This record gives sequence, structure tokens and C-alpha cells, in this order.
Amino acid sequence: MGATVKRKEDPRLIRGAGAYVADLKLPGMLHLALVRSPYAHARIRGIDASAAQALPGVVTMVTGRDMLPLCDPLPLASSGEGSEGGEVYTGRVRHVLAVERARHAGEAVAAVVAASYPVAVDAAQTIEVDYEPLPVVSDPLQALAPGAPPIFEGLNDNLDHRRRRQKGDVEAAFAAAHVVVRQRMLNQRLAGFPLEGRAVLAAPDPTTGGVTLYSSTQTPHQVRSEVATVLRLNENQVRVIAPDVGGGFGVKIGSYPEEHLCAALALQLNAPVRWVENRLEHMLATTHGRAQICDIEAAAAADGTITALRMRIVADLGAYPLAPVLPDLTTAMGVGVYAIPNVDLEAVSVYTNTTPVAAYRGAGRPEAAYYIERAMDLVAAELGLDPAAVRRRNFIPPDAFPYKTPTGLTYDSGEYDRALSKALERAGYAELRREQAHRRAHADPATPLLGIGIACYVEMCGFGPYESARVKVEPGGAVTVSTGISPHGQGTGTTFAQIVADQLGVDFDQIVVRHGDTATTPMGIGTMGSRSLAVGGGALMGALARVRDKAIRIAAVMLDVGPEEIELCERCYRVRSAPHRALSLAQIAARAYSRKLPADIDCGLEATEYFRPPDLIYPFGAHVAVVEVDPETGEVRLRDYIAVDDCGPRISPLIVAGQIHGGLAQGIAQALLEEVVYDANGQLLSGSLMDYAVPRADFFPPFTLDQTETPTPLNPLGVKGVGEAATIGSTPAVANAVIDALAHLGVRHLDLPLRPEKVWRAMRGRR
Amino acid sequence: MPVISLTVNGKTCIGEVEPRTLLVHYLREQLNLTGTHIGCDTSQCGACVVHLNGASVKACTVLAVQADGATITTIEGLAQNGQLHPLQEGFWQQHGLQCGFCTPGMIMAAADLLQRNPHPTDEAIRRGLEGNLCRCTGYENIVRAVRYAAEKLRAPTGAASEV
Repeated sequence: MGATVKRKEDPRLIRGAGAYVADLKLPGMLHLALVRSPYAHARIRGIDASAAQALPGVVTMVTGRDMLPLCDPLPLASSGEGSEGGEVYTGRVRHVLAVERARHAGEAVAAVVAASYPVAVDAAQTIEVDYEPLPVVSDPLQALAPGAPPIFEGLNDNLDHRRRRQKGDVEAAFAAAHVVVRQRMLNQRLAGFPLEGRAVLAAPDPTTGGVTLYSSTQTPHQVRSEVATVLRLNENQVRVIAPDVGGGFGVKIGSYPEEHLCAALALQLNAPVRWVENRLEHMLATTHGRAQICDIEAAAAADGTITALRMRIVADLGAYPLAPVLPDLTTAMGVGVYAIPNVDLEAVSVYTNTTPVAAYRGAGRPEAAYYIERAMDLVAAELGLDPAAVRRRNFIPPDAFPYKTPTGLTYDSGEYDRALSKALERAGYAELRREQAHRRAHADPATPLLGIGIACYVEMCGFGPYESARVKVEPGGAVTVSTGISPHGQGTGTTFAQIVADQLGVDFDQIVVRHGDTATTPMGIGTMGSRSLAVGGGALMGALARVRDKAIRIAAVMLDVGPEEIELCERCYRVRSAPHRALSLAQIAARAYSRKLPADIDCGLEATEYFRPPDLIYPFGAHVAVVEVDPETGEVRLRDYIAVDDCGPRISPLIVAGQIHGGLAQGIAQALLEEVVYDANGQLLSGSLMDYAVPRADFFPPFTLDQTETPTPLNPLGVKGVGEAATIGSTPAVANAVIDALAHLGVRHLDLPLRPEKVWRAMRGRR
Repeated sequence: MPVISLTVNGKTCIGEVEPRTLLVHYLREQLNLTGTHIGCDTSQCGACVVHLNGASVKACTVLAVQADGATITTIEGLAQNGQLHPLQEGFWQQHGLQCGFCTPGMIMAAADLLQRNPHPTDEAIRRGLEGNLCRCTGYENIVRAVRYAAEKLRAPTGAASEV
């Protein structure tokens, strides 16, 4: 543990021998293509598929009505971190294919199954749907306005729910404040954009009368339960396999209509059915992230102490409530790393005629970090104080942990000033401020404007309710781990193997970690919410402890000493007082499965363990972004980026660094590039890479990474999640840096993304 | 339907194709060379980069019939005699991949880059790979992987390690 090792996952992937869903072929496999609504809101009056059905190679064509006898409505509120794996049914109804009404552009209304994919697409294009366009609300504020057309029939408005968190005397604190800062901040809608889109291959399973489903998912067990529910099967009739999965970032949590559709049609047609999302479909029909508007108000004393915070968030859930809990995570994390006694934080979650919004890397927490970190800069600017000083004035002190936040959470551990001090030191903060002052004083109009941005973040991870691991020592001494998590790029198989090697005394190369198959793994929640090591690692440690204890008992019998005499050292189970008397795990395993095993020891050498985290855990860090803004073009160049992240001990330092690099790229891209855009008619204007700006290699400088290490007391490894941390910290750091670069021009806030035109207009005061 | 003949990873492949079939679909669906991936609809992501007559192309921008008579190398053909190409080794060594979906295209594009410029600066590597998207790595370790391969290819004993 703690060593730099080469990943177990890589040999197949670097040779092109990975097996993603679209790479899989089964005999007799059919191909599915979808007809999607071009309207954001429309009544479906009729569907004419006569031309499609006449095409050679077409097997069947189905509408929403056709599917009603085969599929129950889809679970809602099924996707999203923090929902504890449970489902909250809201009463709204979503079908595998729209019935009567389409509620967002891209909602599937019909499907064609054909012998080849090109034929399926050709046939889908001949299907004529008679739509009656309905009034559209694509903007969440308009969706809340009186008289806005309701998206669900029978509801009076488009409100899903509102949740308010209050503590202390907010009114009095604002009344007594030295200054109050107010700002409306947008947290723009983003696309997850894993390089592999979604894909499904369903095949009938004659053994169970059910179905085997290969799916590009982060949560195979959840998909299994949901498909079983929708198709009215038992869970043991559905096997979900997530083979190699080309990234997820939250948008592959939970089931999608296509999984149920392929499964139902495979059963009906008694043939494998495959669907592979194209990129336009990904932009239209895979969930988006963020999409919030926040009105924030902070009350502060003259020294920068924040005495009260108000937030009112309007969160756009899109056309169906798939992850309505996420806006409430934002308010839960509203105070960030600061001790703010008085809060009044509310999130209002609304429907619009847009693609549903659910988890995307960070899922509710990046929004919170963005709002509070921008607010700290606004307070600093208002009072003429250094932004670092204002943060230090307000940090929750190290001796306050475990710390109960006014929003009802308990932060397990934290040393916020240590992380900030390290980040400022690594950045050369004082020198940067001198350089900035010098540039401003000697204003050559061609000199880039220098901006320095700070963000101190805390994030919430390690969602339960449980995770599982089974450790089996094979008779020959190799070790097989089966886990309920479902990594799709995180390299958790490698990290787990490092832990197993360390804890059982077995060669790294002798370990196989299996995941992503509900038939071979114990029940699991999956890979999301930075939980794999924090929760899955807890289960692994539990199972390893039981296997190791048993190995020691068997070794004690074999060496004729008491179990307390046995120690695991240098891959040997040996007698403490006579280290030359030693056994390998393979020798012990052979005994565990042999006739010679004493009668009072159970046969075999394996254990399954579930870990139930006692509470959530809260990684943190401090980031510094250094930007240069071109005064002629408004283009922002990220000159330097320093990330100090505290995720507790690092089992695989190389993999942790990779998670931070990737997280930074996505967070920085939210600050500077990415934005899903709809027009007033609910038409998606950013449906491809022509319009949606995913960053390229030449957009980033080399990142400077550093760390502090504060273990959590809440799991056996002391580890905290790191998958989302850098995304959460980097968006506000870069935003603060760009606005800092323009501060002397009187700019106090700009909404994301900070693309050149917006920055240029701000510099010229032409907004 | 037209019949085309390609030399793919050293083997001659003759087959019928619909005229509208893209090279990437032909490689994946007809020849089962699924290491070449598809990540977008607009020829921007680079997941499908292969070598056509020695130079990198996005296989989604070439019709299979246009490649008739050509020599194609895909990711499956990059390792020679069981030995990883230095780029494959570099991506493994430097943690240049996470989900691995962009990796084949990234490696093929980088191989072309190193043929044209054996001494790239980090900036040149970043610019040279601007036609390839990665969503996982933030590109940092991809740059290191390419730098590793460049050094290895330049070294007098530049043989790749045993697989």
C-alpha cells in the first residue's frame, strides 16, 4: 500500500483488447435505433411506421403504447449520489418510450429493431410522427412563474419540491452586519461526456427465463433491480454486466429507458438486441449536470467575519425528477469550510422541458463550493481585504472536529488552514500579488492581466448504505476479490489488489479483482460519489481481516503453535519466536480445502463482508489558480495551477494523482469552456462537439499537485474519496482568478463559463 | 456491392462493403478490430485514429471504399512480435489512461506525431494531440507517456520491453 504500481487494467486497454459494450457481438444479434422527439413539448397524436416496416431487414417497430403491456413505468429519482441507493417515487410518470406526450427534445417516442444498425437508422428516419406542439418552458425561473404551462398534467405548477435549512438568527445578523454582499450566480448546465457514450446489449437468458444485460453503467446492481421491477421479473432473472466502461462521471448512474427497452424487446423477440448511443443522442438523452441559479447574500463584520448566509437556489431538474436530492446536497454543503453560525438556505427544484438533470462529477457539491468561494471573494473585495485573510478569518478551526454544521452535517475531520497555507506557499502567493500590483501600476495596454484565484473546498463523500466485498483464497493460493463497486477507469482493481497483497501476504500478480457483474459479485451500490475506496475499501478490509484471521488459525495448527504466535511478515505466516518456521498463503490454502483440516475449522478460505459507513466523510483542500487575460481578446490562459488535496492516506499515489488531474480538467472546463445551451423553444443548441467545448490537451498547463494527510476515523483505511474533489475545488479557483484579473477594472462578478467574448465585453464595460 | 482489398495489420482483407460504409465501421463490424473506437459524430474526438499508408487518419472521415488498396495499421497491429510499442509501454508506465476508451486513438495519433517530430517539446505534444479528446486524465500523464516514448525511441537501445 502506498506504492506506485502499474495498473492491472492497462495491458488489454493499450492493445485495443478492451471489451466495451459496442465491441460485443452475439449470434443473431439485432440492432435498435430510436425515433426521438424534435419538440421540447408535444402531444403525440399518431405514429405511422408503414414505410419502416416495409424495409428489408426491419424486424419490428414499437411505440410507447406498444410497450405499455411489457414495461411498467420507470423508477424516478433513481439516479443521483446521496440517495442512499433508495428510490423515492414522486408520482410523475416516465415510460420507456413516451406515451401521449414528449417532455423534452430527444425523448424517445418509437424504436426500430433491424438486422443491422444502418437499416435500423434508415427505418427510424421513415417513421412519421404526428406531433401537436405544446407550450414550452425551458428556463427554470420561467417554469416557476405564475401561469407557466405545467409539464405534468394534473399538477398546478412545475415545482418538484423545496427544502429549506435554517439555523440561528439570520435576520438579526444581517441587520447588525457591517457589510452585506449579494449576488446572483449561475451554475451552468453541463454534459458528462464520457468518451464512450451509453450502450446496451440485452440477450434472453433461457436458464432463468430472464435476461442478461451488458450495459455501460456505473451501477450494475441498481440497473438489475430497476430492470427487474420494470419488466416484472425477479432480480435473479436479470444479470447485468458492466464490461469495460469508457468513463461515467455520474451520468451512467441508474437505469435509462434504453436498458429496459432492449431487455423487453430481447425477451419479446427471443434474440439479442443492441443499442449504442451516438453523440447527438448523448447530448439529448443522457442526463446533464449542475443547472442551478443561486441568489446568495452574506453578512460580514468589518474584519471579514461572515456572520450569516442566505441562499435561494432554483434548481432545474429537467423534464423528469431523476435526482431531485442533489440541490439539497448543495444547501447541505452551503457553508463550505467556514464557521457561519446563522444560515437560511433554500433549494427550489423545478421541472423544465429539457433533458433531465442528475449527477455529474461532484453532483451538488461543486455548486456549493462555487457559491461560497465566490462569496468569500465578494466579501474580501467589498472590505478591501486579502481573499486568503478572509478565508482564514472564517475557517472552522482544527480543534472543532467532529464539527456540526448549521446545515445538519457532521464534518469528520479537517485542517483547512494547513492546506491553504501549503497551496499559497507552493504558488508563491506573495510574489504573485507583487507581480500583479506591478503590472497594474505599469499598465502597458498589451500586457496580459494577471489574476490569482483561491478556493478552499470541502466535499461530502462515502455514501452508504453499504458496500460489499468477497475475498476468496483459491486452493492454489491465488486470491480472487469480488466487489460491489463497479470501476470504469478509476483503476480500483489495482488499488484493491495493492491492499490485498499487503493484508494477506500474496503476490500482486496472483490477485484478480472481479467487478461489474451481478451474477458473480455480492450486492453492491456501485462506483459514484467518490465512494469506492472509502466504502468499498472498508468492506474489503473487513473481508481480508476475516480471511487473514482464519489463515492464521490454520497456520497455527500446521505449525503446532497458538494463533497468537503467528505473524504475517514478508509474505509469510511465521512463528514469531522461530521465523524460519513459516508458511506461504498457498500452503495454508491447500490445507483449508483438504481432508487434513481439523474438524473444528470450517472448510475453505473465503469471506464476504458488507461495510456500513457510520457517517459521510469530508475530504478537503485548497487550490490556487493563476491566469493571464489577454487585454485585446479576452482570452484566458491558465498559467499555473496548484492543487493541495487532502484525501487521507493514499494507497495508489499514481492513481490519486490521475483522479486529481482529470477532476481539475473538468472543473476548469466548467469555469472557462463548457455550457449546455437551450433556446426558448427548448431546442438544444449544443448538441455536438461543434458547439460543446470539451477541453483539449493544449488548454492546460502542467498541474502542480501537493497534499496534506488527515485520515478519517470513519473507515478502516482512514481514506477519503478523491474522484470529485479536484472538480469541486477548481471551478471556483479559476473563476475567482479571472475576476481577480479584472477587479481593478471594476468587475466584481461574471457568470460561467468565462469564454473570451464575455471577458472581453466585461473589460470594455459593454455587457 | 463494391469489393475492396486492404492490408490491415499485415494481413490482406478482401470483402464487400456498402459504398456508404465508413472505414471505422468496416474495421469494427466486418474485421472485428474493435480496438478502434467511436466517440463522436463529428470527426472531433479522435478515438478512431488509425494509420492509413503510414499516416494517421480519423477512420470516421474515410469511406471504406476510399481505402481500397491501402495499408492500414490499427492499435491491434502496433505491438510487434509480442513486444509493446514504446507508446503503449509509456501509457502503461506513466498512467496515461484511465477508462481507456480514447487510448487507442491517442496512441495512434501520438505514433504519427513522433514519426514527424522525434523531439517534441511538451507544448508540441499538447498541440500535436489537439485532435484527440480525453475526458479522464486531464492530459497530464498522456504528455508524460508520449515524452517517455519519445525518449525510448531515440535511445540507442530503444527496444521495447518484454510483454
